[in-house]
Amino acid sequence: MGTVTLENVSKRFGGFTAVHPTSLHIPEGSFLTLLGPSGCGKTTTLRMIAGLLDPSDGEIFIKGKSVNNLPIYKRNLGIVFQNYALFPHKTIFENIAFGLKYRGVSKQETARRVRDVLDLVQLPHVADRYPKALSGGQQQRIALARAIVIEPDVLLLDEPLSALDANLREDMRVELKRIQHQIGITTVFVTHDQSEALAMSDEIVVMSAGRIEQQGQPEAVYNTPATEFVARFLGASNVLPATTQVMAAEDIQVETNHFGRLVLPRKRAPQIEGEGRSQLIVRAEKVHVEPAGQTMDGAISVPGRIEAVDYQGQAVRYFVRVGDTQLQALNMIKEHPFEEGAEVSVNVRGWDCTLLPEAAA
Amino acid sequence: MTVETREARQPIILLTPALSTIGLLLIVPLGFVVVYSFWLRTATGADQVGFFLDNWVESLTDPFYRDILLNTIKIALITTVVCALAGYPTAYFIARSNGNRLVLLLLLMLPFWISYIIRTMSWINILGVSGAFNWALMSVGLTSEPIQMLYNEATVILGLVHFLLPFMILNVYVSLEGIDRTLEDAACSLGANRWRAFLEVTLPLSLPGLAAGGLLCFVLGAGTYITPLVLGGPTDAMFANLVFEAIITQLNWPLGSALSLMLLVVLGAVVMVYNRYLGMTQLMKGLQ
Repeated sequence: MGTVTLENVSKRFGGFTAVHPTSLHIPEGSFLTLLGPSGCGKTTTLRMIAGLLDPSDGEIFIKGKSVNNLPIYKRNLGIVFQNYALFPHKTIFENIAFGLKYRGVSKQETARRVRDVLDLVQLPHVADRYPKALSGGQQQRIALARAIVIEPDVLLLDEPLSALDANLREDMRVELKRIQHQIGITTVFVTHDQSEALAMSDEIVVMSAGRIEQQGQPEAVYNTPATEFVARFLGASNVLPATTQVMAAEDIQVETNHFGRLVLPRKRAPQIEGEGRSQLIVRAEKVHVEPAGQTMDGAISVPGRIEAVDYQGQAVRYFVRVGDTQLQALNMIKEHPFEEGAEVSVNVRGWDCTLLPEAAA
Repeated sequence: MTVETREARQPIILLTPALSTIGLLLIVPLGFVVVYSFWLRTATGADQVGFFLDNWVESLTDPFYRDILLNTIKIALITTVVCALAGYPTAYFIARSNGNRLVLLLLLMLPFWISYIIRTMSWINILGVSGAFNWALMSVGLTSEPIQMLYNEATVILGLVHFLLPFMILNVYVSLEGIDRTLEDAACSLGANRWRAFLEVTLPLSLPGLAAGGLLCFVLGAGTYITPLVLGGPTDAMFANLVFEAIITQLNWPLGSALSLMLLVVLGAVVMVYNRYLGMTQLMKGLQ
C-alpha cells in the first residue's frame, strides 16, 4: 500500500496542454476521485500515474519514491480499464494469474490467491471460462480481481463503471467500495459521473480544462462549490447575480434581483472578502416549489410559474419562471406534481445557498 | 405466395448469381479437366476419347514429377516463412502508426496497379547482367565483370516474396487492427515488459491473421508458374510449369489435366490439414 504524490505535474501534447501543472497528494488507503467532463485531463493524469504517459514536467512519487523513470511494468499498480481489457484468449484463471506469473509466485500459491480473489469478487465458479462467456458486470469484477490479486501499491480505476447499465452500475459502485475498504488500498478513481464520485470517494478532485477546480471531501465539494463550474457540474444548480451588502461576523447579507435580501452563514461564502458583486448558487433541490400563496419557515417566497415538468417517479424537476429567469427545482413529490403553467410559490432559504465572487470575465 | 415461402426462397435468390458464376466458371471447367485427364494423347497428336489411366499412372509414379512437386512445396514454404518474418513487423508498424495509416495501406496496394508479370520482369532490370545492381557494383569497383545473379532458386523465392508479401501484410494488419491496444497496457500494468506483453497478448491474438496470410502465400506460391519461368533457371521449374509445358508446349491436354488435378488435390489437402490443426479453433473459442 502506498501514497501517491504529484508535484507540479503537467502534460502537453504538441501545442495543447492537457494537464496544467498540478500538485496532488493521495494519502495511504484513501479513495480519491478525479471528476470532470471528458477532456478535462483526468484520464491523462491517471495515465501519467500509471506510467502509460510520461509527464511533460513535474514529478510523480509512489510510496515516496519518484517513479518518473520507472516503466509501467515495474510500478506495481493495479489498473482497471474502462473496457476491462481482459485477455480474450486466456481463461479467467489465466487472466487473474497473469500478474502473479511475473512475480515469481509458486503454482500452489497462485491457485490459492486466484481462488481467494474470486471469492472476494463473489465469482468463485468462473475460473475455467473465457471472458466472453461472462456478462459485463462479471467481466468488470474479474478485471478488478486481476488488478488486486498482485497486491499493488495503488489501484487505478479508469471509468470502470461507465460500460455497465444503470442498475448494475449502482450495485457495482457499492461492491467496489466494499472491496476497496476491505483491502484498504490507496485508490485513484476517474469518472465523469458526479453521483459515482459523491458515493464512493473519500476525496474528490474536480477538474476542468486541465486544471483542478476544487479538491475536498464529497460533502464539502457538493455543499460549498468553489467555482461556478463545480456548482454546475455536481448536480443541477441555479446561478443568480447578487450583490454582497453587509459582512457580519457570522453572517453575510446579499441582495438578489429574484429573492430580495438573503442572509447566509459565513462558512457558505468562504471566498467572499468584501462587499460587491457576487454570484448566488442555489442547488435545484433547495428550490422548494409550493402551492401559490404558501410560504416556508425561514424562506424567501416569490411567485413563479411552472414552464416545464420533468417527472422522475419519486421526484420531479420543475423549470420555474421567476421574473426574467428560469430556475430549476428538484423536489420530492408529496401528492401530485404541479402541472405545466401552474402558478406557484418558489421558496429559497439563505442558509441553503452558496455565495461565490463574481466570475472573472 | 405466403410470407414463409418467400422468406425461405430469399437466400436462394440472393445466392443465385454467385452460385451460377462459380458453377459455370469453376465447377463445369473442372469437370472438363477431370474428363480430359482420362483421355489419351496418341502419337498422331490427336486425343483419343475414352477411359485411360495412363496419364494418372505416369503422373503418380514418375519420380521426376514427385521431385518437382516436393521442390514446389519447399519453395512455397520458404516463401511463406520469409513473407511472415518480413510481413509481420511491417503490418505491426502500420497498425500501430498514428494518423498516416491510410497512406501506408495505399502504398501497400500500389504494386497491384502494375501487372504481376511486369513486376516480376522488373527484377531482370535490377539483378540482371546489365541491371542496376551490377552497374552499381561495377561503378564502385567491387567487381570488374557483371555477376549472374538471376535464374536460380533464390531469385524465384525473391520474386515470389515480392509478389506475395502484400497479401501477408494485409492479413496480419487486419487482425492486428482488431486487437484492443489497452490489452497490451493491461499486460504491462501486471508486470510484463513491452516485449513479453507482445508475446503473451498481441502475437497469439494475431495468429488467425498470420495463419490466413500464410495459407494464402503458400497456396498462391505453390501454384505459380510465371515467377520460375521469368526468374528461375532450367532446373528451377515448379509444378505449375509442368502443367504449362504439357498443355501449351506439348499440347498434351490429357497429361496436363492429370498434373493440374494432382496439384489441386495436394494443395486442397494442405488447406484441409491446415484448417484441422492450425484452424485456430481453440483460439476462436475465446473470441466468440
